[in-house]
Amino acid sequence: MIDGRKIRVLVAKPGLDGHDVGAKIIARSLMDAGFDVTYTGLRKSPEQIIRQAQELEVDVVGLSLLSGAHLPFCRKLKTIWDQSELGDILWLVGGVIPEEDVASLKELGVDGIFPVGASLDSVADFIRKNVS
Amino acid sequence: MGLDSDDPMAEGEVGRVGMAVDTLKDFEIAFDKIDLEKITVSLTINGAAVTLIAMYMALAEKRGYDVSKLRGTAQNDILKEFIGRGTWVFPVRQSIKLVGDTIMHAAKHAPLYSPVSVCGYHIRESGANPAQEIAYAFCIAKAYIDHVLERGMDIDDFASRLSFNFDIYGNLFEQVAKFRAARRIWATMIKNDYHAKNPKSMWMRMIAGGGGAGLTIEQPENNIVRGAYYALISALSGTQTMALCCYDEAYTIPSEKAARLSLRTMQILIEEMGLCDTVDPLAGSYYVETLTNQMEKRILAEMKEVDTLGGIVSAVEHGHIQNSVSKQAYLRLKKQQSGEVRKVGVNCYEMDEQERPIEYHAFDEEAHTAQLSRLKRIKSTRDQAAAQRALTAVEQDATADRNVMPAIIEAVKAYATVGEITKCLLQVYGRYEEPTDL
Repeated sequence: MIDGRKIRVLVAKPGLDGHDVGAKIIARSLMDAGFDVTYTGLRKSPEQIIRQAQELEVDVVGLSLLSGAHLPFCRKLKTIWDQSELGDILWLVGGVIPEEDVASLKELGVDGIFPVGASLDSVADFIRKNVS
Repeated sequence: MGLDSDDPMAEGEVGRVGMAVDTLKDFEIAFDKIDLEKITVSLTINGAAVTLIAMYMALAEKRGYDVSKLRGTAQNDILKEFIGRGTWVFPVRQSIKLVGDTIMHAAKHAPLYSPVSVCGYHIRESGANPAQEIAYAFCIAKAYIDHVLERGMDIDDFASRLSFNFDIYGNLFEQVAKFRAARRIWATMIKNDYHAKNPKSMWMRMIAGGGGAGLTIEQPENNIVRGAYYALISALSGTQTMALCCYDEAYTIPSEKAARLSLRTMQILIEEMGLCDTVDPLAGSYYVETLTNQMEKRILAEMKEVDTLGGIVSAVEHGHIQNSVSKQAYLRLKKQQSGEVRKVGVNCYEMDEQERPIEYHAFDEEAHTAQLSRLKRIKSTRDQAAAQRALTAVEQDATADRNVMPAIIEAVKAYATVGEITKCLLQVYGRYEEPTDL
């Protein structure tokens, strides 16, 4: 809870990758964990994700990427994000994320990275700990 | 999904999970000096399948081959894309119409070509249980069959060219029983419900294997062992074609070494284990026969359940199947994370895995640039008026509800791009709106 309401999370599927099993699992598990979750659906552009995050006034934006395009996409998202009014809310990335890319993602400003195999509880715990 | 390599949405993704194809030129290069009458080609394409199948036929025509001798399979199962993997473009009913166009065109002009491979695979990978995998695939196949029958075809004109793509992981005996039951149901259905007379129409031909959802990022070498067993199951199930996932697929696009190991696994079964010596080697086992009977009942019950939802087309349009499948994926993962479902290396026999030498498939930036400049060159040097005329014809045929295959074949010959053709069809059919309520 934050200010007497549920923490709001946007689970987004960027780019052309259609593998949405993980995104939907995360969305469902965060709902069960008591968050207010919206799933964007597939193939969202950075502009669409930032716009929806602003409209819903979410506390967390989580991206699910399995195509290998996480670095170029996150760079693009960061540029759009910085130009928007979204502000410094929690940014999570999950999916097929190689260890060697973790540092570059963190440098871009990603707060939490949850590669394949991460436990569902660890995502919820991270959000609770870091949203204030 | 019908985007050209220069589409802003495709930035960073060109050629990443497959070969980039924008125009006929790409096919001309890929199939250079290859005799199309002597090979079979598998096109894993769905959202833009109508254009890519047309492109393959256009290439054959242009190079003087006999299209009626072309062999190969296009995946072209768009209904499952709404349930798993998501390469849809057009709304559900219009998408089925396009699949119908390809089936009818192939039946008439390329009778050896398999225009559709109906995929239970992706549905199970998305969370469905084995009975649902078969049940939903059969409901989808029936939707295509009903559509083309309505357009005046005879079941024996095309049913023998339909094929299936199924998934293997989990309990060995349950998987074998699944395929044995599926074959029985399919043959009975095509014979009794659709009154086919040609026995070939009743064959359930399949590619079975894969097993991606059974593989783990933990102790990835275990996936080599799993893959070998999945291949064994596939062979024991009498599959016609087999494919295996690679041991590194849980964390990356497969490396060449991993892909070769998957191939060698299958070759060892063929060359050293005698797995191709007979079909259905487990027949007659009291256990397998009992499981097969049970599985048959479960599959038929799931198919009936789809009927109560108003049929597969409506159930997919409203997201009912998608939701039930994704809910099961969630419950399954929860059971795995709680230890209720045992997974070796994940929730039992775990190891401390700090060091893992991993070979990643690198993204080829140069190939991306080359693809963009090729596309630019084709677009600026082609006969613009001819390309435009051909595109207009595609739109006119779509508007008039005619089969769009002949017009698309002409359009790709005029070097219209996949993206341009898709845009023409979008003008007429509109775009699918994905239900996002979970």
